[in-house]
Amino acid sequence: MGIANLAEKIDAKRLESSDDLVQLRREIQMRQDPSQVQIVVCHGTGCLVSGSPAVTRAFKKVLGETDIEAKVMPGVKTTGCQGFCSRGPLVTIMPQGIFYERVSPKDVEDIVEQTVKNGKPVERLLYKDVNTGEPLQTMDEIPFYNLQTRNVLKNIGTIDPTDIYDYIAVGGYQALAKALTTMTPEQVLEEVEKSGIRGRGGAGFPAGRKWRGAVQAKERKNQPLYVVVNGDEGDPGAFMDGSVMEGDPHAVLEGLILGAYAMGSEKGYMYVRAEYPLAIQHLEMAMAAARELGLLGDNILNTGFCFDAQINRGAGAFVCGESTALFTSIEGKAGEPRPKYVRSVEEGLWGCPTVLNNVETWANIPKIIDKGAEWYASIGSPNNTGTKVFSLVGKVNNVGLVEVPLGTSLSTIIEDIGGGIPGGGEFKAVQTGGPSGGCIPYKHKDAPVDYDSLTKLGSMMGSGGMIVMDKRDCVVDVARYFLKFLEEESCGKCNPCRLGLTRMREILDDFSKGCGSEQDIEDLMSLATSIQDGALCALGTSAPNPVLTTLHFFKDEYLAHIKDQKCPAGVCKDLITYSIDPDACTGCGACAKQCPNNAITGEKKEPHTIDTDACIRCGICEETCKFNAVLVS
Amino acid sequence: MLKFRINDIDVEAEPGWTVLETAREYGIEIPTLCFHEAVQASGACRLCMVELREGDWTKLVASCVYPAKDGLNVYTESERITNVRRWIFEMLLSECPASQEIRDMAAKYGVTSTRFAIKDPEQDCIMCGLCTRVCAEVVGVHAIATQSRGVYKKIGSPFMKPNEACVACGSCVSVCPTGAMARRIDLVRGKMEEDQTNAA
Ligand SMILES: Cc1cc2nc3c(=O)[nH]c(=O)nc-3n(C[C@H](O)[C@H](O)[C@H](O)COP(=O)(O)O)c2cc1C
Ligand code: SF4
Ligand code: SF4
Ligand code: SF4
Ligand code: SF4
Ligand code: FES
Ligand code: FES
Repeated sequence: MGIANLAEKIDAKRLESSDDLVQLRREIQMRQDPSQVQIVVCHGTGCLVSGSPAVTRAFKKVLGETDIEAKVMPGVKTTGCQGFCSRGPLVTIMPQGIFYERVSPKDVEDIVEQTVKNGKPVERLLYKDVNTGEPLQTMDEIPFYNLQTRNVLKNIGTIDPTDIYDYIAVGGYQALAKALTTMTPEQVLEEVEKSGIRGRGGAGFPAGRKWRGAVQAKERKNQPLYVVVNGDEGDPGAFMDGSVMEGDPHAVLEGLILGAYAMGSEKGYMYVRAEYPLAIQHLEMAMAAARELGLLGDNILNTGFCFDAQINRGAGAFVCGESTALFTSIEGKAGEPRPKYVRSVEEGLWGCPTVLNNVETWANIPKIIDKGAEWYASIGSPNNTGTKVFSLVGKVNNVGLVEVPLGTSLSTIIEDIGGGIPGGGEFKAVQTGGPSGGCIPYKHKDAPVDYDSLTKLGSMMGSGGMIVMDKRDCVVDVARYFLKFLEEESCGKCNPCRLGLTRMREILDDFSKGCGSEQDIEDLMSLATSIQDGALCALGTSAPNPVLTTLHFFKDEYLAHIKDQKCPAGVCKDLITYSIDPDACTGCGACAKQCPNNAITGEKKEPHTIDTDACIRCGICEETCKFNAVLVS
Repeated sequence: MLKFRINDIDVEAEPGWTVLETAREYGIEIPTLCFHEAVQASGACRLCMVELREGDWTKLVASCVYPAKDGLNVYTESERITNVRRWIFEMLLSECPASQEIRDMAAKYGVTSTRFAIKDPEQDCIMCGLCTRVCAEVVGVHAIATQSRGVYKKIGSPFMKPNEACVACGSCVSVCPTGAMARRIDLVRGKMEEDQTNAA
C-alpha cells in the first residue's frame, strides 16, 4: 500500500506546536518500511501523456492477481515529473531503485515476475548509455541524473505530491516550524539575504533585497503587504515551474508562508496559468491539507501567526507573467503592464507593498531556512548562489528537466548531462532565456551558466529554458519564430511593441524568402534598438534579443540568405531544393508514395528523381527515405 | 520645489509633477499622443520619451509618467530619443495613414514616409486609448475598451457589439484627437433597430 493509504490510519489532528510536527513525522516514518517493495510511477504531465496511468492500472491489476511471497505487499506510488520526460513513462522499483524507461502496460507482468518477486532487472527496459550502449540499472548510475545537483527537484520523484504526510516524512514544514518557534521574522529575512538567492523568474534580482525593500515600504506606508507566487510560466518549451508546482506543491506553499512570516504578510496569491490544471489541483490540495493540519490559516502551529493564500488562474497571455500585468490581472482587469517608475515592492497589488517571486524562488526558501544560508551560499558561484532548474529541449539526446549549481558550464549541461546532440558532433548554438533571450554559439560552450555570464554574452537566464540547436537549425528561422510568438503575445498597448515587432518579423520573413538587402540589416538593428529603448515593459524591451544575438554571432548566415539566396541549414523553404542521390537511392519507391504532390518518379529498383518544379518542399521524402538518399541544398 | 535640468536648462517643479508637466511649464516641446490632462496617463504611445543621464549611465523614460525629482538631468532631443520617435512615427504612418494629425506631427519631426506596409488606408484611429480612458475614468462606465491584444488590438465595445452601458454623452468623441471616434460611436451605442433585434 502506498503511503497515501497508510496516512488514512493516522489521525489528522491539528498541529499545536513544532513538537507535534516532529511527533507526526516520526509516526509516519515508523509506518514506512524501508525494505518494502514499492513501485514508483511518474505521473508528471509528460509521462501522463505517454501513458503512465495505464501502466499504473496494469500494476494494480497484476499485483492483485499474483500471489506474492514478500514480507510486505508492494505499494504503487505516483509522483510528479522526474525530469526525464522524453523517456517516459518512467517506473522505479524500490528499494533497489531499479529504473525503467518507456514502460508500457504489457511490460508490467515481466517487471512483477522478475523484479518485484525476484529482485532481478528486466534488461530491455533499462536505460542504455547514449555513448556505450551499456544498460544502467539505477538513477544514480545514469549521467543524466548523477551529474545534477537536485535540490529544488529533490523530492519530486520520491514523494506523492497529493499527500501532505509524504512531504512531512521527508522533512516538510520543518523549516516553517523552526522559523516560527526559534526565529524572529527579522532573522528569517536576514537568512534569505545572506543566502544570496537571486530571483529564478528572469532578471535575477536578489530576493532578500526585494523582501527588505517591501518591509521598509510597509512600515513607511503603514499598509498591508502581499506575497505572490508567479506561476505563469509562459515561455514556449519551458516546464520547470509547472513541474515544481505539480510535483512538490507543499515546497512552494511552505516557502510562501515563510516569506509571509518574514515580511509580516497575512495574504498571499498564487498566480498559476490556466493551462496547468494539474498544478492548480495539487496546489489546492496542498493548501487544504495544510489548513487542516494548522500549517496555514489562523494561528499557525499555535504561534499566533496568521496567513492564508489563494489561487488565481492566469489569463493565458505571456505578458501576464510580467509583474505589473500580473497584478492588474489579479485585480480583475485586463493584464496590461503599467509604466513602472515606482517599484512593486512599494506599489504592487492594490497599490500596496507586494513581493512577487517565481515558483522556484519560493520553493528554495524552506531549504535555506532548514539548512542555513551558509549551506545555500556554498553552492554555485560568487554572486550566483544555489542551483537552477533548466528545461533542456531541442537537438539533445536527453531532453528533460535538469538542475545544476549556477556557474556550471554549457557543455556540462548539454554534452554531459544532456548526452550531446543526436548523431554526435558539436551543437551549433543554444538559445537561453526563452523568447526574450539570445542564442549562444558553440564557441562559448565553456561559458558558466549564471546570470552575469549569460547577460555578458547578450543572452539571459530568463526562467531557464534551454533550446539546443544543431546544424539543421536556421538562426533566421529561430529568430523569426520567437518574434512571431512575442508579436502574438504582446498586449498591444504600446506602439513600439505592437507595431515594431511585426515589422521586425516582416523583415525576417523577407530574409527567409531570399529577399532583403544589407540595408535591411541596418534598418533591423536600428528598429531593434528603438524598441529596446522605447517599449513600455520588458516584453518589448527584451524582444529584439534573439534577433540581435543571432545577428551578432551568425551574421554570415543572414548574409547567405540575403546575398546568395541560400539557407545553409536547409530550413527556409523558399531557399532550398530537394534532390535524390542516385548512388544512395535503392529505388524502393517509399518517398514517391508519400510525396503529396507526386513530384517523385522512377522505376522500381532504379534511382528516383524529384521534379523541383512540382516539389513543394514539405520534406516528407527526406523523412521517409531509410537510405538517406534525399539531399537538401 | 524640485530642482533639475532639462536640455541643460535649470528648471523647478512642484512636488508631484511629472517631467512632461515641468517641460511644458517651461515651453520645452515634447510630442505626446496618448496624454490628456483629464485622464490618468497611460504611457502607451512612447512619443514623449526623454533621456536621463548621469555620468555614463543613461536611460529612456516616458516623461508623461516619470515623476520630477531633484538632480535629474533630462534630454528631450538626444540621438536615442530621435531614433525611437522616428520609428514610432513611421509605424503610425503605416497603421493609421488616414490621420492628418499624425501626418502633420510626423512631418514636424522630419518623418514624411514609412518603410512599413500600409494595411488599411482608411484607418485613422491612432490607438491612443483616450476614448476608453475618458469613458471609464470620467464618465464612469466601460462602454468602450481595447479588444484583443498585440497587432489585433482594436478600440470598440466589448465583443464589438453595441451595448447599453453607453450613455451617449459624447465624451469619447470630443476627446478623440483624430475624429476616429465620431465615425464609430454608432457601433458602440447601437441604432434603435439594432437595439430591438438584440433585445428580441
Ligand atoms: C513578458 C514577461 C513575462 C514574464 N513571465 C514570467 C513568468 O512566466 N514567470 C516568472 O516567474 N516570471 C516572469 N517574468 C518576470 C516577472 O515579471 C518577475 O520579474 C518575477 O516573477 C519576479 O520573481 P523572481 O524575483 O523570483 O524572479 C516575466 C517578465 C516579463 C517581462
Ligand atoms: S512592451 Fe508590449 S507587452 Fe509591454 S506594454 Fe508595450 S505593448 Fe504591452
Ligand atoms: S525512399 Fe530513398 S531509397 Fe527509396 S526511392 Fe526514395 S530516395 Fe530512393
Ligand atoms: S459616449 Fe458612450 S462610449 Fe463615449 S464616453 Fe460616453 S458613455 Fe463612453
Ligand atoms: S478612437 Fe480616437 S481617442 Fe479612441 S483610441 Fe482611436 S484615436 Fe484615440
Ligand atoms: S513527466 Fe515523467 S519524467 Fe517528466
Ligand atoms: S504621452 Fe507619454 S507615452 Fe504617450
